[in-house]
Amino acid sequence: MSGIKFIDATLRDGNHALKQQISTDTVEKYCRGMDGSGVEAVIVGHGNGLGASSLQVGLALETDEDLLGTARKSLRSTKLGAYLIPGFGTIKDDIDPALDIGVDLFKIGCHCTEADTTRQHIEYVKFMDKTAYGILMMYHLATTDRVLEEAKKMQSYGADGVILMDSAGASTPELVKSTVCSLVEALDIEVGFHAHNNLGLAVANTYIAVQEGATIIDGTLRGLGAGAGNCPIEAVAALLQKEQYDLGLNLYQLFDVSKEIVAPLMNPPLSGLDDISIVSGMAGVFSAFKVHVINASREFKVDPRDIFMELGRQKVVAGQEDKIVEIAEKLQKGEIRR
Amino acid sequence: MDKVKVGIIGTGNIGTDLLMKIRRSKVLKCEIFAGWNPDSKGIQLARRMGIATTSESIRYIQNNPGCCDIVFDATSAKSHLYHAPILKELGKFTLDMTPAHVGKFCVPVVNLSEALDQDNVNLVTCGGQATVPLAYAISRVAQVEYLEVVATIASKSAGKGTRDNIDEFTQTTKDALIEVGGIKRAKAIIVLNPAEPPITMRNTIYAIINNPDMGKIRQAVGEMEQEIRKYVPGYRVILGPVLENGRVTTSIEVTGSGDFLPQYAGNLDIITCAAVRIAEKYAMEKMGRME
Repeated sequence: MSGIKFIDATLRDGNHALKQQISTDTVEKYCRGMDGSGVEAVIVGHGNGLGASSLQVGLALETDEDLLGTARKSLRSTKLGAYLIPGFGTIKDDIDPALDIGVDLFKIGCHCTEADTTRQHIEYVKFMDKTAYGILMMYHLATTDRVLEEAKKMQSYGADGVILMDSAGASTPELVKSTVCSLVEALDIEVGFHAHNNLGLAVANTYIAVQEGATIIDGTLRGLGAGAGNCPIEAVAALLQKEQYDLGLNLYQLFDVSKEIVAPLMNPPLSGLDDISIVSGMAGVFSAFKVHVINASREFKVDPRDIFMELGRQKVVAGQEDKIVEIAEKLQKGEIRR
Repeated sequence: MDKVKVGIIGTGNIGTDLLMKIRRSKVLKCEIFAGWNPDSKGIQLARRMGIATTSESIRYIQNNPGCCDIVFDATSAKSHLYHAPILKELGKFTLDMTPAHVGKFCVPVVNLSEALDQDNVNLVTCGGQATVPLAYAISRVAQVEYLEVVATIASKSAGKGTRDNIDEFTQTTKDALIEVGGIKRAKAIIVLNPAEPPITMRNTIYAIINNPDMGKIRQAVGEMEQEIRKYVPGYRVILGPVLENGRVTTSIEVTGSGDFLPQYAGNLDIITCAAVRIAEKYAMEKMGRME
């Protein structure tokens, strides 16, 4: 065994691409299909995690409890995971009910410079004897030293691993290499990488992360996910297998679920490497803003690419979708120049 | 004119900003600035200003109960749960700056008079002080089905208390939108942004309203903005209210007066100005009775 774990975020990040409309029916079919495939865990829920169904990010079709409860029934050997961003969800309203449902693994995320907002939650999950991974979102916006400092905080709270999220798909291969290398050298816990494909580098960047010592690959089947999508698990798995990594994955099982369950969900106007997603990657803006940027560009009759470039100039972070409306309105009034 | 004596517990961002504002007050005087860390930035600053300081925190007030009549607790939700019964026992009018929610919520522009009869008043959160008044204003002219607020603050302005209490922040803000704002179903979100130069405190209020009368809503929001500006001069509506994508959206910014942290930290001012306003009103009534 190579010791590489795959975390499957299809039903979580994919929810962004599907405007948070994933149904319990899809969750049931998907989890049945993926159970025993060799992936470590299937993460289920709203794109921004537990408690994030909102006007700001998007109202979910189903409640967190219904989605997790459905998944729980369909997963036997594969772990069930949930994501939580402090500031959106809380221990009382969200982690406790998820524990009752039987979630095995929690990813606790924050902007890459704000690890101390995850202390309560990581410590709580560990206290409850479950797996906790710390997630540093939008890591391209901070220096490598700062990212390392924040990762060390998560380690000190008891996290089992730290996963870097390239939330904007803005990473260059050089940045992946230097950041992953520095974390792997300095931390005693596992390091993971979650790629986005805005610059067409999701598989390549994930592969580089593995070469630098990352042992957690966080991706989605067929790349279904926010913006240009994520690292397609089946493709990177095939690449690693070709390079003689023994992954313990049933590749055909992944292919079948990808083809039979994920492909029919895909929404061409919202996913893929189109101009809007590429501009989002250039500007270094959270991939999941795409849906809201398109909506605002229609409402205020402005170019979505201009909105993305201005969001990038203003260095907005995940959760700041309300800036989109303000910028669209200012572009329309000519208060912001293109 | 005499001044009413106050004590501040907690020497972080909120406590120190309160101190600066109380120094300018015509009716309040800070007699003790109390924390645990004798070397905190706030304590050092207070010492330089000639304010009495202590590193014995609440113990100092227990040992010197005559030092103040009003106590501002700017520690953390967890610490306030411990402090609240002690301060009640000592008979102090307590202004709780943490999201502990032991006492009744007060957002001065909505329910100032109710706060004065209490022994412990909770100041909600910075996001609550910024958004509850608008929730209240909107709910008086429209049938609000659901309301959501998003508070975005600069990382540099979020001290240890805010970070340790991020769950309590969202919970307490939501509770205040319902209890004080009169909203049936609400949600609160908080986001920290580390951009340099630091961003100004910003809040967005989304409301789902059936057939909204935008003229009435605009007027109600405009009037409330003017009321808040009487005690928080840097409060300003920057977007809307506008009906877009099926929601009524309003964004506001709060520029601080730059007392302790620079002007971007309007999140300090919105809550410290509210607390000082309550304390001054209490002090005036108290002195009025004494005369």
